[in-house]
Amino acid sequence: MELQINGQTVTVSAEPDLPLLWALRDHLGMTGTKFGCGMALCGACTVLIDGQALRSCVLPVAQAVGKKITTIEGIGATPVGAAVQRAWLDINVPQCGYCQAGQIMSATALLEVKPDPSDDDIDTAMSGNICRCGTYTRIRSAIKQAAKHGGGAT
Amino acid sequence: MNAVVNVVVPSDALSRREFLRRLQAMGGLLLVADGLRIAKAADAKKYGAEGMEHGTVDNPLVFVAIGEDGWVTVVAHRSEMGQGVRTGMPLIVADEMEADWTKVRVEQAPADEVKYGNQDTDGSRSTRHFLDPMRRCGAAARMMLEQAAALAWNVPVSEVRALNHEVVHQKTGRKLTYGALAKRAAKLPVPAATTLRLKTPEEFRYIGKGGVPLVDGQNIITGKAQYGIDPWFKDMCFAVIARSPVLGGSVKQFDGSAAAAAPGVQKVLQMPAPTAKATFHPLAGVAIIANSTGAAIAARKLLKIEWIDGANGTYDSDAYRASMQESAHKPGKVVRESGNVDTAMSSAAKSVEAEYYIPHIAHATMEPPCAVARIAAGKCEVWAPTQAPQVTREDVAKHLGIASENVTVHVTLLGGGFGRKSKPDFAIEAALLSQAMDGRPVKVVWTREDDLHHDFLHTVSVEYLKAGLGADGKVTAWLHRSVAPSLATIFAPNINHEVGAELGMGFVNLPFDIPNLRLENPDASAHCRIGWFRSVSNIPHAFAVQSFVAELAASANKDHRDYLLDIIGPARKIDPRSQHDDWNHGESPERYPVDTGRLRRVIETVTQEAGWGKKFPKGSGQGLAAHYSFVSYVAAVVEVNIDEQGRVVVPRVDVAFDCGPQVNPERIRSQLEGAVIMGLSLALYGEITFKNGRSQQDNFHQYRVMRMNEAPADIRVHLIPTADWTVPLGGVGEPGVPPIAPALCNAVFAATGKRIRSLPIKDQAKSAT
Repeated sequence: MELQINGQTVTVSAEPDLPLLWALRDHLGMTGTKFGCGMALCGACTVLIDGQALRSCVLPVAQAVGKKITTIEGIGATPVGAAVQRAWLDINVPQCGYCQAGQIMSATALLEVKPDPSDDDIDTAMSGNICRCGTYTRIRSAIKQAAKHGGGAT
Repeated sequence: MNAVVNVVVPSDALSRREFLRRLQAMGGLLLVADGLRIAKAADAKKYGAEGMEHGTVDNPLVFVAIGEDGWVTVVAHRSEMGQGVRTGMPLIVADEMEADWTKVRVEQAPADEVKYGNQDTDGSRSTRHFLDPMRRCGAAARMMLEQAAALAWNVPVSEVRALNHEVVHQKTGRKLTYGALAKRAAKLPVPAATTLRLKTPEEFRYIGKGGVPLVDGQNIITGKAQYGIDPWFKDMCFAVIARSPVLGGSVKQFDGSAAAAAPGVQKVLQMPAPTAKATFHPLAGVAIIANSTGAAIAARKLLKIEWIDGANGTYDSDAYRASMQESAHKPGKVVRESGNVDTAMSSAAKSVEAEYYIPHIAHATMEPPCAVARIAAGKCEVWAPTQAPQVTREDVAKHLGIASENVTVHVTLLGGGFGRKSKPDFAIEAALLSQAMDGRPVKVVWTREDDLHHDFLHTVSVEYLKAGLGADGKVTAWLHRSVAPSLATIFAPNINHEVGAELGMGFVNLPFDIPNLRLENPDASAHCRIGWFRSVSNIPHAFAVQSFVAELAASANKDHRDYLLDIIGPARKIDPRSQHDDWNHGESPERYPVDTGRLRRVIETVTQEAGWGKKFPKGSGQGLAAHYSFVSYVAAVVEVNIDEQGRVVVPRVDVAFDCGPQVNPERIRSQLEGAVIMGLSLALYGEITFKNGRSQQDNFHQYRVMRMNEAPADIRVHLIPTADWTVPLGGVGEPGVPPIAPALCNAVFAATGKRIRSLPIKDQAKSAT
């Protein structure tokens, strides 16, 4: 199978129903995308498929063929992704950091469609991403900061 | 045909030393087990860092390297799990050595306590134990650089001074960079600790200042950070394991043929048999080795395993709760007594009693247990997200039957720890499977179901309290029975009382001014793996005590804050030994008395900041709780609204915190923000239940943790400032959690009049509206 990941074409030989997460992590060694639950409950594995935030732990790899896959390794190449990453650093969002790849992917997808999100927009977009360390208040601040500094303004 | 993983030494035989070593993760326990007095105290009392295995090392040649390019590398020997230790510890060294933080790199130490000192990253101890050794380390490095410059210029060392990555000759203005001095300085003798000139606090550049970016921040936001789940090799194979659903259970027989034929599967292997003592031994089960974790997970569903459950197969949470409740209403082992409770109770104007229940809770670190191991030429390399590197090294060596010198444990970042990753069963699994795969690198990943089914859970407890009140509403008699299986049962299954460390977590060291008091600890036995969870026994003890005080205040028709301050009594320093607390979080009772003045101050601060006493509409309110743990003082005010559906919404939480001097205030704030979320999470949703010996919660839909839309938008952390660096440091990672659940439930009472005595809250507030 050929996959378009972060603007590059890569070949992976895996069962078509293998979740994309494991194709990325185990077949391709792209370990930035994290495993958390395997049931689309925690968001640690969030990637963008044609710009939409999806949980790669339940997405069969075959369904990603022909689509634009963006992972945490490539999100900084987009202006919105870069703004989100900057805000994450400015506010020192991470504690352990394990969930933050997924959080950043969800936040970027949100700002791409809603450049100036309300608190409710943030709740809706981010409530699928669990942070066990409890960085939610800082995530919210960082999303607002990224929005303010042009994260979503296009 | 089913292959079996060989284990060389079934670790049932745990030596006294090993037993102590493992319990040391609790900070030097005093413990009576099987009639045998096993006491760290017997080795002449050592406290703090020196009471820990391998103590401290302050040699700059171990912790600091300076390149000729000027880059300073500082070794971090404690595990990073979100508390910021990889930033905080090197920051101390950098400050004392006058290094420029932008030219400092951090390198993680492998497991080697002889070289680095104790590495058990738990008990909220890292900064508290290593501030002084790391300062000495940095100061010694600075003085060696100054000496090297003085030699180069042939001037007295008193005329030179290190300043921001260079040494300056003050008379002539000559300068030499650290890079230029590196080689010469490294050859000089390390100055003795007694000759070191430490900075004065006014000279601190980074310590106590904040504003230092996270060492791992950039890697985290770009996906480059390496957690235990991340090492990747071309010839790597991936394992998941079906483990006995019951503690102590074993595989009777299994059919792995369908699994072995599944796509990507390379091998099906039976894990070693269980042991009588759980320790950190891998659980019995069957492993699937495949070309991806996903393939292994899919194949595992095809296994047909017949289990032998063993004695714990009847463990049932409802029945167990009933048995604990029964125990709580009968006299138990007296662990502290003063005055005469029975007499005082019988002459009290009024008595109040209440019983509280706190269930098992799971750590649910976002990175589940996982590890990578490979073996070549008799040497094993392990990559593990471990809080206990040295224990991991020794246990892996023992299970492989090789010397621990032949095991290298690379400590990765931890995707959450909370105590779970102090127990290295997952690393032993990886090593055994690599051995069975002829040394190939094997990555073991626990699924979330594995994590919730086989955790070393937080204990479960019933806390019964009864108080006698005088006509003025003051407490004259206090009886508290704490019933909870001990975490020491994983080392000695027959232990049926809380051990010293558990008793000393907010139970016996109750800092109240009450004339007649009796604390009892009835029997309880364990039927699942119990381990330390962030804040440990402080969680149930604080929940019960701080809820009960609020109940007493309401019963006496007094303001809760005033009542709490009154029951604590005047500012004084209590010797923990006078409270029958010989543990004192492993710290010296002289250096670390229980200071009720500091406890009062956090209560006064948080209530003032939160606007305590302001009026709320029906369905809204504030709750207060305070707790002393890990030698730090915390008070919290939680605000709640109960919405039309009976949901508990928390718009705001205020926390006041006194841990003495603050090395990295920014990370202290983040730890307390996180503790608020974790405390609310466990109070609202956290519960693991058992039926037929099996954990009933599979994944995050059944074991809920707080999410963004449920989290308070407004968390305000009020750090009690101190400029006095002679005050000994308190812990930071854990003390924030215990007061949150009682403050929340006290707020629910204020909002609704409904008293929550059983956690989690779930929908209990619904019936109140």
